[in-house]
Amino acid sequence: MNWRDNRLFTSIEMCKTREILTVSVGILGTKLGMTQIFDETGIAIPVTVVQAGPCTITQIKTKETDGYTAIQLGFGEVAAKALNRPELGHLAKSSAPPLRHLHEYRLGNPSQYELGQQLKADIFEAGQIVDVIGTSIGRGFAGYQKRHNFKRGPMAHGSKNHRLPGSTGAGTTPGRVYPGKRMAGQLGNSRVTVRKLTVVRVDAERNLLLIKGALPGKPGALVNIVPAKQVGK
Amino acid sequence: MNAQEIIRSIEAEHIKTDLPTIHIGDTVKVGVRIQEGGKERIQPYEGTVIAMRNGGINKTITVRRIFQGVGVERVFLVHSPRIASIKVLRRGKARRAKLYYLRDRVGKATRLKQRFDRPLD
Repeated sequence: MNWRDNRLFTSIEMCKTREILTVSVGILGTKLGMTQIFDETGIAIPVTVVQAGPCTITQIKTKETDGYTAIQLGFGEVAAKALNRPELGHLAKSSAPPLRHLHEYRLGNPSQYELGQQLKADIFEAGQIVDVIGTSIGRGFAGYQKRHNFKRGPMAHGSKNHRLPGSTGAGTTPGRVYPGKRMAGQLGNSRVTVRKLTVVRVDAERNLLLIKGALPGKPGALVNIVPAKQVGK
Repeated sequence: MNAQEIIRSIEAEHIKTDLPTIHIGDTVKVGVRIQEGGKERIQPYEGTVIAMRNGGINKTITVRRIFQGVGVERVFLVHSPRIASIKVLRRGKARRAKLYYLRDRVGKATRLKQRFDRPLD
C-alpha cells in the first residue's frame, strides 16, 4: 500500500466517523443588517442580526426510501402564486405553507424529527460557535486589481500600462496559459462560508440571532446557519 | 416589523436617553469607568469637543485637552456603559464641524469664545 492508498483509506475512515457523529441540523434565515451591542464589561461587539426561521420540516429522507438520511427544511413564506404546482404539491405533503427556500441537512438519525415540525432560532444558544453559509455580494466582471489585488502600472510618465495584468506565462513552451491563472472575471455572487462565528444572543420570541461579525451578502440575503464544523479532527 | 425596526429595537436597549445635547466646541466633563484591581472607579476627563460622529448607537465624541503640556485627544463612544456620565461645563462658539485646527495652536489661541444662547443641559 503506497501513500496514495493510505490517504484514500483515511478519508473513507473519516467519512465513516463523521456519519456516526452526524452533522447537526442548522437553520435558514434572512440577514437583516449589522449593529453593535455592549457586553457586560462594556465592550462594543459588532453583530449581524439574522431573522432565523421558523423553518418547517418539509421532508424526512430515510435510508429505505432515498438511500440516505436527511431532513429537508423550508423557509421564507411567500404567496401561493409565487410557486408552481409541483412545488406546492411537495409542500402540501407536510401541510406547510408556500415556502420559497428548501434545504437539506444530512444527519444520522432523523427519527427524532417529524414532518411539519417547526425549527426556530432557539436550536442555538448564546455563546455557541457557528458557521454561516451565504452568497457574497456580486461585483460583476471585475478587473485584475479589484479581483486579485494585482499592482497597478504607473499612471504617468508616458506609461500606457495602467491596469493590465502583465505576463500570463512563458512563450512557445508551453504555448498556452496554465489553468488557474488569475485573470479578470466574475467577482462575488458566489457561495461563501464564514467559519467559527459566535452567537452573541438568541431572541427566541422574535426568532432573531445576533452573530458576532459580518455575514456574506447584503441585508435581505438568505443565510444558512449551522453549528461549527470541526475540521481536521 | 421590518429589518430596520428590529435593529432599532435591539439598539434601543443600549442607547442612553439621558445624554445632554453636545455641540462642537463645548467643554465637557466625561466620567469614565475604570477597573483597577477588581475595584471600579470613575475617572473624570475634561476637555473641548473637537469632533463628533453621529452614528446612532456608534455615536462618538472626540475630546481634546492639554495635559502637562501635551495635547491629548480621547474618542468616547457615548452610548457605552463605560461612560458613566457626560456633563457640559461651557458652551463654546465654533463655526465649523471639526475643530482640528486647534491641534496647530498653543496657549491662548486654543480658547473658544463662550456662547450663552444655549442652556448647559
